[in-house]
Amino acid sequence: MAARPESFSAATLPTAGQILEPSAGVLLRRRVFGHAGVTIGGAVLILIIAVALLAPILAPDDPYTQDLARREIPPIWHVKGTWEHPLGTDQFGRDYLSRLIYGARISLLIGFAAMLISGVIGTSLGVAAGYFGGRVDMVVNFIITTRLSMPVVLVALAVVSIVGNSLVIVIWVLGLLIWDRFAVVMRSTTQQVRNLDYVAAAQAVGCSTARIVLTEIMPNIVNHLIVVATLEMAHAILLEAALSFLGLGVQPPAPSWGLMVSEGKNLMFFEPWLIGIPGAALFALVLSINLLGDGIRDVTAPENRS
Amino acid sequence: MFVYALKRLGVAVLVAITVSMVTFSLLYLSGDPAMALAGESATQQDIENIRRVYGFDRPIILQYLSWAWGALHGHLGYSNYLRTDVAAVVFERLPTTMTLGAAAISFALILSIPLGVLAAMRPNTVVDRFALTLAVVGQALPSFWFALILIFWLGIEWRLLPITGTESWKNFIMPAIALGYYVTPGVMRLTRAGMLEVLSSDYIRTARAKGLRSGTVLFKHALRNAIIPVVALTAVQFGFMLGGSIVIETIFAINGLGYLAWESIQRADMPVMQAIVLVLACIYIVLTFLADMLNAFLDPRIRVA
Amino acid sequence: MSAVLEVEELSVDIPVSAGLLHPVQGVSFTVNRGETVCIVGESGCGKSLTALAIMDLLPSSARRLAMRLLLDGEDMLNASERRMSDIRGSKMAMIFQEPMTSLNPAYTIGNQLAEALTRHRRVSREQARERAVFLLEKVGITAAASRLRQYPHQLSGGLRQRVMIAMALMCGPDLIIADEPTTALDVTIQAQILLLLASLQKEFQMGMILITHDLGVVARVADRVAVMYAGQVIEAGDARQIFQQPMHPYTQGLLDCIPVPGKTQRGAHLGAIPGIVPTLIGDFIGCRFRERCNYAMVDCVSEEVSSRDAVQSGHTYRCLLGAQQCADNAKRKASA
Ligand SMILES: Nc1ncnc2c1ncn2[C@@H]1O[C@H](COP(=O)(O)OP(=O)(O)OP(=O)(O)O)[C@@H](O)[C@H]1O
Ligand SMILES: [Mg+2]
Repeated sequence: MAARPESFSAATLPTAGQILEPSAGVLLRRRVFGHAGVTIGGAVLILIIAVALLAPILAPDDPYTQDLARREIPPIWHVKGTWEHPLGTDQFGRDYLSRLIYGARISLLIGFAAMLISGVIGTSLGVAAGYFGGRVDMVVNFIITTRLSMPVVLVALAVVSIVGNSLVIVIWVLGLLIWDRFAVVMRSTTQQVRNLDYVAAAQAVGCSTARIVLTEIMPNIVNHLIVVATLEMAHAILLEAALSFLGLGVQPPAPSWGLMVSEGKNLMFFEPWLIGIPGAALFALVLSINLLGDGIRDVTAPENRS
Repeated sequence: MFVYALKRLGVAVLVAITVSMVTFSLLYLSGDPAMALAGESATQQDIENIRRVYGFDRPIILQYLSWAWGALHGHLGYSNYLRTDVAAVVFERLPTTMTLGAAAISFALILSIPLGVLAAMRPNTVVDRFALTLAVVGQALPSFWFALILIFWLGIEWRLLPITGTESWKNFIMPAIALGYYVTPGVMRLTRAGMLEVLSSDYIRTARAKGLRSGTVLFKHALRNAIIPVVALTAVQFGFMLGGSIVIETIFAINGLGYLAWESIQRADMPVMQAIVLVLACIYIVLTFLADMLNAFLDPRIRVA
Repeated sequence: MSAVLEVEELSVDIPVSAGLLHPVQGVSFTVNRGETVCIVGESGCGKSLTALAIMDLLPSSARRLAMRLLLDGEDMLNASERRMSDIRGSKMAMIFQEPMTSLNPAYTIGNQLAEALTRHRRVSREQARERAVFLLEKVGITAAASRLRQYPHQLSGGLRQRVMIAMALMCGPDLIIADEPTTALDVTIQAQILLLLASLQKEFQMGMILITHDLGVVARVADRVAVMYAGQVIEAGDARQIFQQPMHPYTQGLLDCIPVPGKTQRGAHLGAIPGIVPTLIGDFIGCRFRERCNYAMVDCVSEEVSSRDAVQSGHTYRCLLGAQQCADNAKRKASA
């Protein structure tokens, strides 16, 4: 048992680690698809988006055509249900499935558009505060605090009742009101990124502020941006539904899910499905968006689950 | 601590002033207040008179100042519809909403804090999954729909609880659940995250290395630190809840501020609406200020600077 | 000399996503009363986990296995959690690596010191306070009585570590485990704290396990030394034996890393050991050090290496090379 260093080179042997460790790409894919939230949330959301886009093809009927002779037909799982109206009809005899399908368009449109508006406002404020700090930060903080102290639903209701209610107005009112979380999150993440070495290096080299923000800061906060965007989209959808439920959002006869619940409310003791179906749709949509958002956060930062 | 409190108070006052400006401008967005006050059948001359009597012809800054001066003295304007002082109506309704809010936040805290603590103590177990599911579901449940479901089952099918009104404490159970459930996910997640962080901290290891009983470690050393951010969140959420109670109050016909707001919107009674927004905003500002003070009190790193 | 602590074949397993991690494997050593045992080894070799395993303070996912784990002759392997909490802080105490974060920010120093005593002994608040003041003075804190009312954030790192030491001594433990008590501190304070620990250990006749990177400190305070590598003790013996006649190629490399005044030439490379530590995940056969070893052989890959005796008694090492060969290697290195 003599030492024979020349005849054997341990360095050429792969370590167990090299054999066992999968590559980074494989790991990411495994994390994404191994994550139940992302998979389920993403699938349901894609399904709902597809339904919304294909509404004219998928809907069996026109969502607005009334047929007073065929009012309040129960859905198919009910003994009196018929395949002609799989989800039944409402108190005006409109096909409930068609209204539900077209309603997805309203929710998605409002949620997405309001999220975009609030995202632009909140991100600009937050990034500015986080990047410049000092006075700018103080002012932005003050604006955020002021905004948070205003009750969203009440202010939205007041404004809508003053300016009038249409889909576009609801979108703008919500967009202008719910940017706070964007601002808060973007502010703190920008603060963290700004202090990293390469940003300091870019500043030292004399890159312009716009260039630094776009090429160095944005790519690093985009994960958080996506997560907040999903949460705020869900938030906007819930708010629209609440406004419509109170009668001050989207106006009849539009098939907004919140409005459908509101219209079905008076009949809920006799025909509970009238509120059950649109409410469940709303719940499923918001749940899927939230699951996706939570999932994205987990996948991009697996160490801090939920 | 004193300097901190003073600074914080200054910010609170500034925010309150800004909010009052915004709410004041609400009235101006809504059109000519003189016209609204005069009613449909008024002549041009009537409107001019009202404008002069109420001072609507002065510069807007002066109008704001006199309105703010009044608000400071408890005069929140005159309701066009109810033909009474707004402050009287608002403060008559406020206790009901506060009761509802208190019940709701109690329900939320009783549910979410123990659940958050349990979930953090046993991460990735059944308890944790259950808590997480509850949080995820809670965040996605439309509050009005949840309220209707509660009414349907608890009120109609099982006849356990009264559906509407404010006659007894039983009337507040369902609304409190419907309103409070909305707050649980945030509080629970924050409690869980805080506890997880604290439980894995070095000073908890120190406490265990001293041989302290698990109860002492959990309550004296862990919860005390984990609860600090929860206090702030609870104040914020309570404020949001008061603002969101309009939905719940209309569904359960609870005669509080939210219901009043809804009625006022139907009647285009802007002064009342404006007053409600202002009062709720001020409550929120006071709450967050108190929460910050409580925070400073709980955290010696702020208190003993 | 009676043994305070006996550890035999102690292992720790931690399930991680890539498999089962074995950060501590078959560690054995004994600590006698009034004796300081130093555990040395590079970062990540399992020193802290060994200490935590003895205290039964491992992270909840970790599993502890051992043939024997005795404190003052009492079996700790099968002790209930209740019994263990009675032992911790009372018969054995631990000082941690991070003084900045090891004290609870919400309570005063006095509160945290006193609770260490009142938990285990029937004493009044006043007595606990007196004991705290006595020990704070002992660890070199001036104006001790007024310090009791202060919060951790009002103290510097060095002071906090002194408080941690005082806290560990509150109940007069038989065994004290100090896990790199000075790595987070300024260099000037490091020596003070270590010498303080050493003198307290002598004064109270405790057994002490001192975990450190600093071989200079080991040379001054250690009675016995255990060298760890990748979860195993690869060499153990009296401090004198280890320093004068290191057997294992790793220990020889480690001692090479210390510059010797007069001998090490200016600008000469310190004897850093090239190569990386093998993964501790999954089963591993053969010598853990082989990939960095100048004397590696084919057998190092296939044969399980167990501890064997060196020339002198009480000195063991874990290598396939014979004792004579190791001694020759050491001599050749020293002369080079
Ligand atoms: N909770 C844990 N989960 C997974 N792996 C862990 C855990 N704690 C420690 N490890 C791993 O176990 C190994 C040994 O860790 P340990 O803390 O005992 O090292 P150490 O010798 O004390 O190092 P250092 O000198 O840096 O303190 C390391 O590789 C570490 O990554
Ligand atoms: Mg360590």
